[in-house]
Amino acid sequence: MVRSDLICLFIAMGAVTFIPRWLPLFYLSQRSLPEWFTDWLDLIPVAVLSALVVPEIMTVGVPRHLSLINPRLLVALPTFIFALKTKSLGGTVFAGMLLYWLAGIIF
Amino acid sequence: MNQYSQKPTCLTEGIKAAWPICFGYLPIGMAFGVLAQKAGLYPLEIGLMSLLVFAGSAQFIAVSMLSSGAAFPTIILTTFIVNIRHLLMSSSLSVFLRGLGRGWVSIFAYGITDESFAVNINRFREGKWHWSQALAVNHISNIFWIAGTVFGGLCGQLIPPGSFGIDYALIAMFLCLLVFQLRGRIYVITAAISALMAVGLSLWMPGNAYIIIAAVLATTIGVLIRRR
Repeated sequence: MVRSDLICLFIAMGAVTFIPRWLPLFYLSQRSLPEWFTDWLDLIPVAVLSALVVPEIMTVGVPRHLSLINPRLLVALPTFIFALKTKSLGGTVFAGMLLYWLAGIIF
Repeated sequence: MNQYSQKPTCLTEGIKAAWPICFGYLPIGMAFGVLAQKAGLYPLEIGLMSLLVFAGSAQFIAVSMLSSGAAFPTIILTTFIVNIRHLLMSSSLSVFLRGLGRGWVSIFAYGITDESFAVNINRFREGKWHWSQALAVNHISNIFWIAGTVFGGLCGQLIPPGSFGIDYALIAMFLCLLVFQLRGRIYVITAAISALMAVGLSLWMPGNAYIIIAAVLATTIGVLIRRR
């Protein structure tokens, strides 16, 4: 069963989600960019990844507050070192899951 | 962009690259499905929402707003604000999709998520990634997201949350992809600035606007340091 007012809502949500995904790609991929801008874009991924994951492991609750002792952060340290040493994405995902599972048993 | 065609391998290579995303999307998708079902959505509606919107955090927020009776324009505006961070990811991917036709670019844009961006940008930087493989990553992830959310809506309550540490799959994936991006001193400095700013801002402001603000500021500072 599907309600049409909800589908309209989802279409509108989809449209406003699509625009920021689409606009830069559509315009920037068709032209050459100035050097300062490609330099800037070169640093974007590391900054975005860092801004995505670090608050995820260092803050808890709503509203968020800083937490320096929580299972996510404690597991993140060995997971990070594992990633540095092995450079293996699959291995790191499994190691992180295993450690988090163990942390859940211990804590 | 690679000149040689890798079409025949795009699906298998895409699956190899996308599996950590799929692994992470299943539990989150199921958790979302359970929540959406509790908010009164039918499984087909959940599937259509995942297909039309394809944005995890925005969908979570929208469903909780729906169950608290928020007006549709408010939900749409919130969705836009939550997802505006993809501007940065799309800009950054554009460097590697130069010259690709506008139709393909538009299809590609649909599948840009935090997770597919993280995986694809790493592969593109390694230099052996074809846009068709990246597109495969986007759509394989999409299929798992839709399936996970519908499954959660149908029978997600039967599976205990937090089984086997699977909740940590995406965090571990992001940590590892962050490590892959630390390719020199300037990248480490930029990551550290971004992390500090993001944590600070996230404590101070609600929502997720801290991601785009921290990333833009840290990147700009990084460029200034590099050019000094």
